[in-house]
Amino acid sequence: MTVHAEKPLQPMIPAGQAVLDVRGLTVEYATGAEPVRACTDISFTLRRGEILGVAGESGSGKSTLITALTRLQRPPAVTTGGEILFHGRDGAKPVDLVTLDGRQLRRYRWTALSIVLQSAMDALNPVMRIGAQFADVLRAHDRTLGKRAAWARAEELLALVGISADRVRDYPHQLSGGMRQRAAIALALACRPELVVMDEPTTAVDVVMQRQILAQVLRLRRELGFAVVFVTHDLSLLLELADRIAVMYAGRIVEVGEAAAIYGAPKHPYTQGLRDSFPPLHAPLRDLHGIPGTPPDLRRPPAGCPFHPRCARRTDGCDERLPLLLPVGRDAGHEAACLLNETDGDHGGETR
Amino acid sequence: MTAIAASAAPAAGRRLRIPRRWGFLLRRLGFYLAATWSAITLNFFLPRMMPGDPSAAIVEKLQAVSGQQMSPSAMESVQKVFGNPHANIFRQYVDYLVQLAHFDLGISISNYPTPVTSLLRQGLPWTMLLVGVTTVIAFVLGTGIGAMAGWKAGSRFDAIVSPLTTFVSAVPYFWMALVGLWFFAFQLDWFPLSGGYDADLSIGFSPSFVLSVLHYGALPAATIVFSAFGGWLLGMRNMTVTTVREDYVLLAQAKGLSGRRVMLRYAARNAVLPNFTGFTLALGHVVGGALLTEVVFNYPGIGYLLYTSLQQRDYPVMQGVFFLITLTVLLANLLADSVYVLLDPRIREGG
Repeated sequence: MTVHAEKPLQPMIPAGQAVLDVRGLTVEYATGAEPVRACTDISFTLRRGEILGVAGESGSGKSTLITALTRLQRPPAVTTGGEILFHGRDGAKPVDLVTLDGRQLRRYRWTALSIVLQSAMDALNPVMRIGAQFADVLRAHDRTLGKRAAWARAEELLALVGISADRVRDYPHQLSGGMRQRAAIALALACRPELVVMDEPTTAVDVVMQRQILAQVLRLRRELGFAVVFVTHDLSLLLELADRIAVMYAGRIVEVGEAAAIYGAPKHPYTQGLRDSFPPLHAPLRDLHGIPGTPPDLRRPPAGCPFHPRCARRTDGCDERLPLLLPVGRDAGHEAACLLNETDGDHGGETR
Repeated sequence: MTAIAASAAPAAGRRLRIPRRWGFLLRRLGFYLAATWSAITLNFFLPRMMPGDPSAAIVEKLQAVSGQQMSPSAMESVQKVFGNPHANIFRQYVDYLVQLAHFDLGISISNYPTPVTSLLRQGLPWTMLLVGVTTVIAFVLGTGIGAMAGWKAGSRFDAIVSPLTTFVSAVPYFWMALVGLWFFAFQLDWFPLSGGYDADLSIGFSPSFVLSVLHYGALPAATIVFSAFGGWLLGMRNMTVTTVREDYVLLAQAKGLSGRRVMLRYAARNAVLPNFTGFTLALGHVVGGALLTEVVFNYPGIGYLLYTSLQQRDYPVMQGVFFLITLTVLLANLLADSVYVLLDPRIREGG
């Protein structure tokens, strides 16, 4: 019995160079006596025009990762280690976003890296017209742009996501939920960023709108060539959208690889559990299983593999040794952090 | 509602929008007319529920001065001026409305025979100037500092300013005004003890008179600002603290806008809404709200007029002052409603 895992859309995998190199990123919350590690040693590379999906349960460190990547974190969250190397379009030397101060960072904001937040209702300023919220960022990054030209550009951007030009003078509350979310995506593309971070942008809309938005993201990515970090708890949704998927658990990446490999042949028991918790969108229905237990308390992470207390396949040593993220399977770039793979070699993966 | 109309037929949607906004204002206007009418009517009945009547008061006064019984003809002429208490109540009410329509508020008893309207006209500029200006200053100052404290909540600035303001706000106004008067006017002799201007100068726009007005007004103004700005500051600070956590402020930062712009256009602009409602309402209390100030400083405004008329049981003046206060409160409410519609687009459709 194999899971039908052929991707409905086969996006061109850009062979291009990296746009973002994250190395050993560690984020802590400095509360109480002991700081809590919400992200530990996160490393990944994002290529130009690639969509990387980040999946995980609530409390897995997804949101912390987003605010760390975009340098939007607020105290008590502190980036305590690692680097976020951003490679500019012009082939200039990569910059480490972690080391930039607020002033230097402003040059990269929105022109290099933009963000789409979870709830567009809350993300748009309720007392400013939609057009004005486009115009202020356009003009902040292009001082030569006139007010009229900025509003005209806002109309073009709204047209990109299928919103008619006369809506530019509307206030956020006058748009429907789906429109608002699409407007927020158009806003993220205003300054032609190379990387857009999306924080569950489709959780607040219905499934029909969700599919429309995903299709639009894919189309816009094809046209404009930006890379995406797409964070969600819904693994099956990432299968539709992402080129590669990283699965997070307890603040660590436990498995990363091509979307098809992650879905078809997951090498980490947690990924398997996560996959079996969602009905597939394009495959015959199979039995759904939840993952028993709850994510660990990050103030007192379990010894060894953080997943071992919930893992059905734990063996000796799982509670002692922290598994490393190592290459697994046949596909290049497929890595998992599980002792099963270290001992079984090729035998890991599908055993249901 | 608008969204559907506009997407179905954009042109029609736009045409519809204007009457809707006017409809909102018309409805509010109707409400205010009704409120004004009830206030006027209440103002008519309240004094009539009190024991005695204006003519009796003046008769009493005249008898006390002359020590003689009043003649019936004199009684009749007094009642002609102040109204006959035994006339038909409906008749009295109609007469009262007709008088009001002509801005005739009757004649003062204590300052006989000065019309109440000219007493009000004398006092109103002083009150408007003193309390109006200080209300605006207190609002601007408090809101500005509050926004800064809330923007950097927990910073040293916030940690010093906010508790200090809480303490200052807790001091009763009359006590602070008296201490200020005692210290700055009596002990240090920096400011005059009472009055609104130097009585030796003739009233007008001469430089020396304007200077004396500023000199006399500085201390009462300072006490009002000092006691009022804390409320604005704390309100604005707390609203800013919650607004700063909103996603749209986070997004504005992600957009790479300048810190100033994020703070003003995104955080403070949204946080100021409740404070602004309070401000327009406070404008309504400008006329009636400075009673204590004017009494403590013997300031020649409406509050002092009300105080003296209360002492001398000058009903027509009291009625006039109440009428004026009612009108200004209603006007300020109307202003609050209209300006809020401009400030917060979400209100426009709701009605």
